[in-house]
Amino acid sequence: MKIASRFLTRPDAVRTVMVSLDGEPVAARAGDSVAAALLAHSGDASRQSGKGAPRTAFCMMGICFDCLVEVDGQPNCQGCMITVRDGMVLRRQRGLRKLDGSANA
Amino acid sequence: MARGTSDITVIGGGVVGLATALGLLRAGRRVTVLDGSDSDFRASQGNFGLVWLQGKGAGFAPYAAWTRDAVAAWPGFAATLGDLTGLDLALDQSGGFEFFTDPAEFQDFAAALERQQAHLGNRFTHEVIDGDDLRRSHPQIGPDVVGATFCPLDGHVNPLRLLRALRAAVRSLGGHIRADAGVRGIAAASGGGFDLTLHTGETLGAARVVLCAGLGGADLAAELGFATRVRPQRGELLITEKLGERLPFLSSTIRQVDEGGVQIGGTKAEVGPDDRETLDVMAGLARHAVKVLPALADVRVVRAWGALRVMTPDGYPVYARSPRHPGACLVTCHSGITLAPLHASVLADWIENTETAPDLEAFDENRFALSDAA
Repeated sequence: MKIASRFLTRPDAVRTVMVSLDGEPVAARAGDSVAAALLAHSGDASRQSGKGAPRTAFCMMGICFDCLVEVDGQPNCQGCMITVRDGMVLRRQRGLRKLDGSANA
Repeated sequence: MARGTSDITVIGGGVVGLATALGLLRAGRRVTVLDGSDSDFRASQGNFGLVWLQGKGAGFAPYAAWTRDAVAAWPGFAATLGDLTGLDLALDQSGGFEFFTDPAEFQDFAAALERQQAHLGNRFTHEVIDGDDLRRSHPQIGPDVVGATFCPLDGHVNPLRLLRALRAAVRSLGGHIRADAGVRGIAAASGGGFDLTLHTGETLGAARVVLCAGLGGADLAAELGFATRVRPQRGELLITEKLGERLPFLSSTIRQVDEGGVQIGGTKAEVGPDDRETLDVMAGLARHAVKVLPALADVRVVRAWGALRVMTPDGYPVYARSPRHPGACLVTCHSGITLAPLHASVLADWIENTETAPDLEAFDENRFALSDAA
């Protein structure tokens, strides 16, 4: 079940880029941060904490680390500090990363 | 002036002061702890959390023995704090490494451990491990590591949870902890006891005092006639993102906290009362960690900070009674975490001067006067 985003997209027309989230295509406004794009896309959790609790972006300014997401294979990226780019491969961060960079699951 | 309802006032609400207060409470005393402010240099909130024996007291047998006693007392101490507060300190005493990339430093430290071994006899054990042997047992260790020493008695604890547990334990035994009560002046009162002046200008009476205020206690120590002059020594620390697996080792410079982040530290700088972090030292810490464990190279650092160690002139603890003012003691040390179990138990006997008190004469501050004369 898809949870609707709680955020309205700004009405001014801008260029759209395409990224993927866990393999699903997602349209995003060029210039938005990854976290903003994910919030605009869905109201669903964008990561799971180390104990499996659902989380999504909160502070949007690099402090809370609740927007962690895997970006192009790099785990634990702060989505609010990274601008979306066409073709970006995003995966929800599930739990903690491991030393070799792989997901913990 | 009213002397209040406490038998003893502990000046300083960090790990040393709270542990000392806990010991006095367990001995049946009524205790007030005066804690400073968040703008103070709080070593108890910036430290690395080691419960460490390796290398301690190689040049001073009493410190080697005191530290050995403390390490042995840690499991019972953690259990007691757990019973009093319900908090798990994440104590892990499964052994620790020192890693070396410089052959001369490796040799020097191995020689120091031989001296420590001579002091402690069968109460200590350690290994000196060649780099290639180390990589056979720990293949994750990088090729630049020329060797390591290992002591199976070393360990670590979550230092912030220890601080929290000590506060809760002191309160659970009826101790009174007063916040934002930094003491700026102390004088002997005419009718006995002491008059304390807080940073707010408020004055308090105290029947007896134990000065445990770390760097903040330097001026107060002088006012009480103590000769010890502590100085700050800055350490810088990094912490990484949390990892979903346990690191294959604990070392004095790289440790994984129980929540998963890797803490990297161990630098020493004599820069006065300045706890700022610096880019070059942080970069050096990161380089060191990656040399020891190359897999850390792509692990992100999420926070860095500086903190000030409380250093006596020779680096060993000072337990001293005021030569001028009966009822005033000075307790100060760098290794407040490691020594906490003793501060929370037998140190109370020393403060009370009971027949069972440990002999702490070696830690009196008269040693500084002697070394000046030599």
